[in-house]
Amino acid sequence: MFEESGSCRSNYVELREKLDNYSDKKLKQLQHSTDKAQKSMGMTFNVYHDSKGIEKILHLDLIPRIIKGSEWKVIDEGLQQRIEAINLFLDDIYKDQKILKDKVVPKEMILSSSDYLDPCVGLKPPKGIWCHITGSDIVRDAKGQFYVLEDNLRCPSGVSYLLENREIIKQAFPQLFASLGVRPVSEYPGKLLNMLEYMSDKENPTVAVLTPGIHNSAYFEHSYLAQQMGAELVTGQDLMVQDNKVYMQTTKGLEQVDSIYRRIDDKFIDPMAFNPKSLLGVPGLFEAYKAGNVAIANAPGTGVADDKAVYTYVPKIIKYYLDQDPIIENVPTYMCSEKDDLQYVLENIKDLVVKETNAAGGYGMLIGPKATTEEHEKFKKLVKATPRNYIAQPTLSLSTVPTFGEEGFAPRHVDLRPYALYGKSIDIIPGALTRVAMVKDSLVVNSSQGGGSKDTWVLFD
Amino acid sequence: MLSRVADSIFWLGRYTERAENYARFIDVNFNLSLDLPPGIEEQWDPLIQATAGMEQYTELFGDKKTRSNAIYFLAFDERNPNSIISSVTFARENARIVRENIPRETWEVLNELHYYVQEAYSQKIWKKEDPKHCFKHIKNQIQLLNGIAYDNVPRTQGWYFSQLGKYMERADKTSRILDVKYHFLLPSVADVGSPLDFLHWVALLKSVSAFNSYRRLYGNIKPDLIVNYLVLNRYFPRSVLFCLIEVEECLHAISESKHGFSNAAEKAIGSLRSDLEFADINDIFDIGLHEYLDQLQLRLNSISDSIYDQYFKIQPNFTEQFQTQE
Repeated sequence: MFEESGSCRSNYVELREKLDNYSDKKLKQLQHSTDKAQKSMGMTFNVYHDSKGIEKILHLDLIPRIIKGSEWKVIDEGLQQRIEAINLFLDDIYKDQKILKDKVVPKEMILSSSDYLDPCVGLKPPKGIWCHITGSDIVRDAKGQFYVLEDNLRCPSGVSYLLENREIIKQAFPQLFASLGVRPVSEYPGKLLNMLEYMSDKENPTVAVLTPGIHNSAYFEHSYLAQQMGAELVTGQDLMVQDNKVYMQTTKGLEQVDSIYRRIDDKFIDPMAFNPKSLLGVPGLFEAYKAGNVAIANAPGTGVADDKAVYTYVPKIIKYYLDQDPIIENVPTYMCSEKDDLQYVLENIKDLVVKETNAAGGYGMLIGPKATTEEHEKFKKLVKATPRNYIAQPTLSLSTVPTFGEEGFAPRHVDLRPYALYGKSIDIIPGALTRVAMVKDSLVVNSSQGGGSKDTWVLFD
Repeated sequence: MLSRVADSIFWLGRYTERAENYARFIDVNFNLSLDLPPGIEEQWDPLIQATAGMEQYTELFGDKKTRSNAIYFLAFDERNPNSIISSVTFARENARIVRENIPRETWEVLNELHYYVQEAYSQKIWKKEDPKHCFKHIKNQIQLLNGIAYDNVPRTQGWYFSQLGKYMERADKTSRILDVKYHFLLPSVADVGSPLDFLHWVALLKSVSAFNSYRRLYGNIKPDLIVNYLVLNRYFPRSVLFCLIEVEECLHAISESKHGFSNAAEKAIGSLRSDLEFADINDIFDIGLHEYLDQLQLRLNSISDSIYDQYFKIQPNFTEQFQTQE
């Protein structure tokens, strides 16, 4: 909210004036009704192995985060550029592998990735699109500069919170919302549906959201998106493949499905093509996909670009395919697979964040400055054993946004997850899920690690 | 409509109806206990008997049929799969499964009801002197759910599956409520027709909200007329025949067939409905009310099985046996 100099950023002036007029009691009331709204809407995510019951509410902080239109333009254009390049990269590594032959990206690293799926080699996804839905994480340093922290191309979740948070916070600050001029986000489900329909060449394609089921942590989101799109929400068991076509089992017999937004990881979508132990998916789905009888978003195989080691090459990937400089930079990253970087990481581990390249959800990471000496040593051993599996980043002095808690307002670290849809064009939804580290000084914003969220207001100008 | 979704919608209809019925008859029996003449003990076991829970109850609580044990068992015991708390939990689970298919308000009201029942549970409402408001609230919220559905849900398959569940459940519960009277103990045979007997019959009518409409139609409280009203009346929405007519219509709407039958469930309901339509109250008493109701419940169960076979059963898409994913 504030510049380094201490003055209030222009986009927050109106909000600040408004909040100054509110008593603490009033704010507490508003936060309380926000909590209540979340509860009755059932905006829950499931926490695995939690003894206190499985459904939890992702805490929504009352105070919105506000981003100016001019600042948003950078994110919008930067992500479009990034996603276009990543899509070309995916197409290339499953086809000609030019970028590997030209030694821009090490061949070994891609082909050794557990998310590089051999069955996808030579695949031609409908309309040439691999990564239909992306949710890259973006952070901002104290100077206001944006950096991409990581790309999420498998099944990025959270967009339902973005949409529902907006509905709730709009009710808490109706006047302010109207007077600031906040760009709407409600067109997301419609755009998602258009994109999924565009993938199929049929006139009126049947669209389905494929969920692992009610016990999945993001089940709320799966059913929410299906509801908002008017699509079918299906589990693997509802589907079956016959003659390379996918059908769902209905009260009137089998009905063909044309386009699937799958929320199941690559390796679980089809036990015949990938993990034979998976019961979540549909046997034969991949063959039906290859035969062009069903569209799948994101395309199987996309996960390889989600690898945190690949992430480090994205600026080079942009340069290679688009001959452009990246509009949004990466956070400086050390590749443990490279000798010099490894040396640096081992020597400076206490200042770095070390991440497992394949992990997500805030698991498998070390935050150097917060960790004990034993933890440093433990991670050093892990990194030395399999350098390929680790990257490291400096702890940026992440930007903070005022957050309402027990003792009133306090700054808390945030990150930003905008959502991009790649259909006829690449669309970045003008809004994002802002995740907040609810604990003072903490840098961890993942919901699975106790983080909360904020509504993100992107202004018209 | 997906078979799995139809199944969940059907059970959503059944479980909400079940929760409401339990709330009704706990409420009425509680009321009855306030009216009892001095020296007459409250009777809770007829309710437990009629809901087919006696075996489990005795296992859990022994022979102590106290009011608070009975209310706890019927309303808040999660070990009882038919208790209100279990029914509301299952209803909510089913609603979660089909959330994309139901009105947003339905989900929100049901979700709030779930939290309300959980709260009532943690506050040990069954130990309170007057738990009535709780059951009244549960009943009201479920009627609100019915109202929301009535005004919002398009009359396509989803609607008919939920009504199918509701009326199957209601037919069963009305027959069980009638059966409660069979289990009520009168101090002696001479008490038939006594004020206590009268109180029982009134309570029974009230537990299906039939008291006023019965009075209007027949005036005096007479057991044969009450049975006639609750089983064979074709205009009262909680009578067994009324429910069966609805069930049959739902099944025809779902299969889009107008005459005769097009599947086993339709055949069975058609036959049951016409049996009741042509039945005479004396036929029922000849067989014996309790025995008659027993038969009825068995036939309802078999119709439920046929509905499952016809519409809800999913063919496994796996030909080999795989291990479950962790």
